[in-house]
Amino acid sequence: MSGGHIVARRPFPVAARAELGDAQLRANLRKATHTIRDKRLRVVGEVPDWEALRQAGAAIKDDVLARLPELLEQFEAAATAAGATVHWARDAAEACAVVTGLVRDTGAAEVVKVKSMATQEIGLNEALEAAGIAAVETDLAELIVQLAGDTPSHILVPAIHYNRAQIREIFSRNGLSARTDDPPALAEAARRHLRAKFLSARVGISGANFAVAESGTLVVVESEGNGRMCLTLPETLISVVGIEKILPTFRDLEVFLQLLPRSSTGERMNPYTSLWTGVTPGDGPQTLHIVLVDNGRTETLADSVGRQALRCIRCSACLNVCPVYERVGGHAYGSVYPGPIGAILSPQMSGEGANRTLPYASTLCGACYDACPVRINIPEVLVHLRQTGPHPPAERAAMRALSWAMRDRRRYTAALRAARRGAAPIRLVAGRRGAVRHLPWPLSKWTSTRDAPLPAKQTFREWWAHERA
Amino acid sequence: MKVALFVTCVNDLVFPGTGRAVVQVLERLGHTVEFPVDQGCCGQMHANSGYREEALPLVANFVKTFDGYDAVVGPSGSCVAMVRDWYPKLLPDAAEVAARTYELSELLVDVLGVTDVGATFPHRVTYHPTCHGLRMLRLGDRPRRLLAAVGGLELLDLPGAEECCGFGGTFAVKNAGVSGAMLADKCQAIAGTGAEYVAAVDNSCLAHIGGGLSRAGGPARPIHYAEILAATS
Repeated sequence: MSGGHIVARRPFPVAARAELGDAQLRANLRKATHTIRDKRLRVVGEVPDWEALRQAGAAIKDDVLARLPELLEQFEAAATAAGATVHWARDAAEACAVVTGLVRDTGAAEVVKVKSMATQEIGLNEALEAAGIAAVETDLAELIVQLAGDTPSHILVPAIHYNRAQIREIFSRNGLSARTDDPPALAEAARRHLRAKFLSARVGISGANFAVAESGTLVVVESEGNGRMCLTLPETLISVVGIEKILPTFRDLEVFLQLLPRSSTGERMNPYTSLWTGVTPGDGPQTLHIVLVDNGRTETLADSVGRQALRCIRCSACLNVCPVYERVGGHAYGSVYPGPIGAILSPQMSGEGANRTLPYASTLCGACYDACPVRINIPEVLVHLRQTGPHPPAERAAMRALSWAMRDRRRYTAALRAARRGAAPIRLVAGRRGAVRHLPWPLSKWTSTRDAPLPAKQTFREWWAHERA
Repeated sequence: MKVALFVTCVNDLVFPGTGRAVVQVLERLGHTVEFPVDQGCCGQMHANSGYREEALPLVANFVKTFDGYDAVVGPSGSCVAMVRDWYPKLLPDAAEVAARTYELSELLVDVLGVTDVGATFPHRVTYHPTCHGLRMLRLGDRPRRLLAAVGGLELLDLPGAEECCGFGGTFAVKNAGVSGAMLADKCQAIAGTGAEYVAAVDNSCLAHIGGGLSRAGGPARPIHYAEILAATS
């Protein structure tokens, strides 16, 4: 079982159509993705052993996936020995129940949150709200999205679909006043709002970028420092961690702390890296809970081709280079994991809803695979997942007929001849370039956006037979 | 050198001029071209759309048809990528013929060691590197080098060249809206170069781009780069 915010409600083409109509969104996305894309290329180009780092990242993650049960138990033992309490959750509902119960036990009515994909995935904010607990997002972009009553549209830059003027507007509606829409003015408004929250919070909630098995250490990588506040000021810290976040040893961080910032924000190193191991008396939270979440990961791990998706370190480089993501944004994917990685992760973690339309949301252009710091062959997994469909009956019949015709010379030659002859009457009404503007269904799906070419008057094999054979 | 032409099904039916161009270029360079008539479709559309079972007989037919040739050449980045990258995973027997199958620019530049094929094409041309040629076959600048050596040809840089045109096989119809949005940006970039022709290594992508260009009414026309390499006036 799995659930939470990883299930698309609408088929991708339908959801995409709505987003495509938003010209402001397209402009915002284009500007933002191209900016990060260029920055990433610059800083990746500086690293002479980038390919070796990618190989190492993939190898370490594959090793983790191959012996996950053993490493998880090692992590639990080390974290427990260091003073943490480790909880296990099979799915989103279980994870939310555990966290909600833990917050209730503290009596707190408000929690401060570090930006975290795992808590987005399980729908924790909504679960807490239902229990009468306010969850305050403290990452600037997450705060913007939360104040707007919206959902994130990007893994790393959740408010990527808004521009500065829109953000100032959202702030002002919520009583946060910014003098101008300059980034420093917007950040100052958020800082004033959040400072009071940090100083009064008794419970902090985080995810983790990495969980080190040998030491029980958790790691959060961030830019703003809000995470550091949440991780150090409250009395109680609850960290929600996907089971694939494990790294075997502390030394493995060397590889990932080089790969992650350059791939995500396009920086050589991120400003804040927080590491904590259990509880340190007199310093930081005195109660630490770690909730390890499965939520469809074990099922994903069972697929020998698809499991490479679990190497993902949530850098979002694949989103920033994806031509499909650039046109439609994250909401069209209907999951907290959008873009190319979402198109392979969401349907594997949950086969519910419209998730099976997601593997088709790609041209297989391969830009994501090139950008991925842990070498997830996203096109390979997309094609693999397409094996299970959905295959509309008419499409399946056509594919079978084509396969039958094209594997035999006589049938193939006859089919080409029939297609050529069938096109002859259409040629009479074609435009000046021999291009066809309108064709009946299902070919109208082609001519809805571009003219169609016609079969030639003589096929190549007819020419060859005539001239050469 | 005995070269077998893998013309591809799309070229056979819709763009036979591209197949004829490959024959002309190779014969001009003194090579013998054969066309094994048992060839059909490589199965790319089936495999990429989630119909592996339907692709397998086509893969087997390709392997049987092209067994024994020194080299197999195809004027299509994506069909050759299908053979080279996917065939060995689909059918272990395919590894040997897959390794001897080349996209035209690979055969010319790497195997035959030629960049100037003696062509003349006095036109302004921009080049769109199609995704499978770029990121699966890693053709790099081979097609551009071949085009740059063509007499009279003015090669114009295409902004955002490495971005996908939005074709993507069945993607073009399953997600026609997104495909159309990508196409519009590509057509705008092409129009901005002032080129008379946009060349590429794949006629399927060019059919999509050309359909967009003709719908938009701009002057640029699609052309397979093999037809430029075959041109002598």
